[in-house]
Amino acid sequence: MKQEYTITVYTENHIGLLVRIATIFSRRKINIESLNTSPSEAEGIHRFTIVIVETEEVVRKLARQIEKQVEVLKAYYNNNEEIIWQELALYKVPTAQIAEKVKVERLLREHGARAVVIRNDYVVFETVGHREETDRLVQVLAPYGLIEFVRSARVAIIKESSGFHEKLREFEQTEPREELIENEFLNQQKEVFSM
Amino acid sequence: MAIATATQVSNPLPQADTANITGSKALLEALIAEGVETIFGYPGGAIMPIYDALYDYHDHLKHILVRHEQGGIHAAQGFARSSGKVGVVFATSGPGATNLVTGLADAMIDSTPVVAITGQVYAHLLGTDAFQETDVINITSPVTKWNYQITDAAEIPAVLAKAFYIARSGRPGPVLIDITKNAQLQLFAYSGYQKCNHIRSYRPKPIIRKVYIEEAANLINAAEKPFVIFGQGVILGNAEKEFTNFIEKGGLPAAWTILGLSALPTDHPLNMGMLGMHGNYGPNVLTNDCDVLIAVGMRFDDRVTGRLDKYAKQAKVIHLDIDPSEIDKNVKATVGVWGDCKETLPLLTQLIESKSRTAWVQRFKDHDAEENKEVIFSELHPDTPVLTMGEVIRNLNEISGGDAIIVTDVGQHQMVTCRYARFNQSNSNITSGGLGTMGFALPAAIGAKFGAPERTVVAVIGDGGVQMTLQELGTILQTEVNVKILILNNHFLGMVRQWQQLFHDKRYSFVDIASPDYVKLAEAYGIAGASIESRDQLNDALTKMYHHPGSYLLEVNVGKENNVFPMVPQGCSVSEIRLK
Repeated sequence: MKQEYTITVYTENHIGLLVRIATIFSRRKINIESLNTSPSEAEGIHRFTIVIVETEEVVRKLARQIEKQVEVLKAYYNNNEEIIWQELALYKVPTAQIAEKVKVERLLREHGARAVVIRNDYVVFETVGHREETDRLVQVLAPYGLIEFVRSARVAIIKESSGFHEKLREFEQTEPREELIENEFLNQQKEVFSM
Repeated sequence: MAIATATQVSNPLPQADTANITGSKALLEALIAEGVETIFGYPGGAIMPIYDALYDYHDHLKHILVRHEQGGIHAAQGFARSSGKVGVVFATSGPGATNLVTGLADAMIDSTPVVAITGQVYAHLLGTDAFQETDVINITSPVTKWNYQITDAAEIPAVLAKAFYIARSGRPGPVLIDITKNAQLQLFAYSGYQKCNHIRSYRPKPIIRKVYIEEAANLINAAEKPFVIFGQGVILGNAEKEFTNFIEKGGLPAAWTILGLSALPTDHPLNMGMLGMHGNYGPNVLTNDCDVLIAVGMRFDDRVTGRLDKYAKQAKVIHLDIDPSEIDKNVKATVGVWGDCKETLPLLTQLIESKSRTAWVQRFKDHDAEENKEVIFSELHPDTPVLTMGEVIRNLNEISGGDAIIVTDVGQHQMVTCRYARFNQSNSNITSGGLGTMGFALPAAIGAKFGAPERTVVAVIGDGGVQMTLQELGTILQTEVNVKILILNNHFLGMVRQWQQLFHDKRYSFVDIASPDYVKLAEAYGIAGASIESRDQLNDALTKMYHHPGSYLLEVNVGKENNVFPMVPQGCSVSEIRLK
């Protein structure tokens, strides 16, 4: 069954790695729904958060292909139950509309939007939440002259994760602990890439 | 030197034991420290500083000037495959680098350790569409195990150390290092070369888990009809001996993929032949009859498996591979044994019971007898006046005794040669397997000879493939390398013609290919040669070719419309293999 999976990849900060990771998907004609890259909790280690809609079998194979890249330390995948995630959205709305129509202000408040910039001509609001939530707000704002809308990629925290600090120390050893080596859970393959 | 001073040196502090040298010199020092003796290459504008430095290194580094960069990288591949060492190729930026792409893709899919060094325009010109600038890093990302662009000479020693470590460790593969011209010219404080043996983000070998070895051994011990299929992993892991011990103890019949060929001597009593589309009858049919299928260092390519949903469904599958991403990729493993087969095979051998499975092995032999009757005998001993490819190879076997390195191109002659050539030792079969690169054989044979100078190298090539990289005759001319070129000329692009005959209603669309006078052509390059077409000339001509003191080109005109059988038609199961 296809569903949303979030792939979390810990990597070296290396120019060209983005292309290598992106082509793992594009080569197989798999669309990336969302891609975020940022520094991780461990110094010098980058974290990719990639969202795709696929079957678990495909996602597992993709994770292995990603982990095969020389500069990738670890790749995990999780379904939506296993993570906490958020996306940030910005909405630019004409100031006149907000000033004139009480309803707009009420809608924004109902959706937990916060004003970031207020100018004579427009106001920029932000929300943080899941995609469906921001989608809903876009829908309700559309009739009131939404000028511009942008949404960030997903950022996600894996519920079971204990972070990467200790793992990184292990990777720096020539012989890391066995638990870190990918074939630990060979016959429980679901767990190969979960922490 | 304006260029050198214009660039920031990352570690400018002079140390007592450092000397200022150029990036180019540091590169060559790195190659020497890695044990490189032979480089295949072609100079050009953006790699000139390296070639300038090479001028002073001719005592230590032998540079083979090829005629095209594709020839250079195929030669480096041939060198790597015959020697087991890392092949090295130099090319300039732009077209020089793009000409490497086919060879990189070939080395990637066939796991061949190659380090390619490309020149690049000055760092300040990157992204300006400068003369002979191309984005080689992004072009080659999907076809390299690793690649890296150096813009500062100080990076050269460490990056080269990484390049060689990555290329040869784990599942080997090609690495490309792109070096901007300023970095080649730049002076920097050089403090020596240190080999790399650890990269924190890179695990070349998974840790071996005893529990899976035990599970695998239990499956094998309980099996009535276990069948071993093996690939190049056995050769790349130098595990031929471990592999032979394994199959001998278990009495396990074994069949090879095209890249696994020569890992097990042809004469070995448990060698059941070739797998896949044009493989032997028994191994294909019995894949769908065995109860435990043991795959060693192979990746279940579609040419081996045929239709996947009808592939060995009745069998429990044990898959030994060093590359975790191969386990379960195409065929779901009952037990995956991750690790280097050099280490996993002895552990498995310890745990399996010593058995002789005569009745099961006999089943392969029965199928073999049937194949012999339907296909092999008439291919090797034809009763028609025209020569067959098979009889040429049979005759070559008698002369070589199975001691030659055989390099093949791609197509019918490749399938026939791999089916019938005899091999006594490993690292003797060199072919383009995964990518199927026509034009591979001639340059790869040149490289193979440099990689194993004491051995006789025979390149068996079709009339299509040989015309793709003919220019490398110039490399033979100049280096006087001793390569035997055996052209099996059927005046067709034979494999495509065979498919057009069988699957496209004999609509022969652009497969009728003309050839030059190969003997005259060879003569123009100072290479002795002959062309034959009748059986009574064959043995003498092959003997003359084989024992000629230098390179020799022999064209054998064979039957025009002969087909390669058996054949698993595309989209069919391996057990639906056709004998005619």
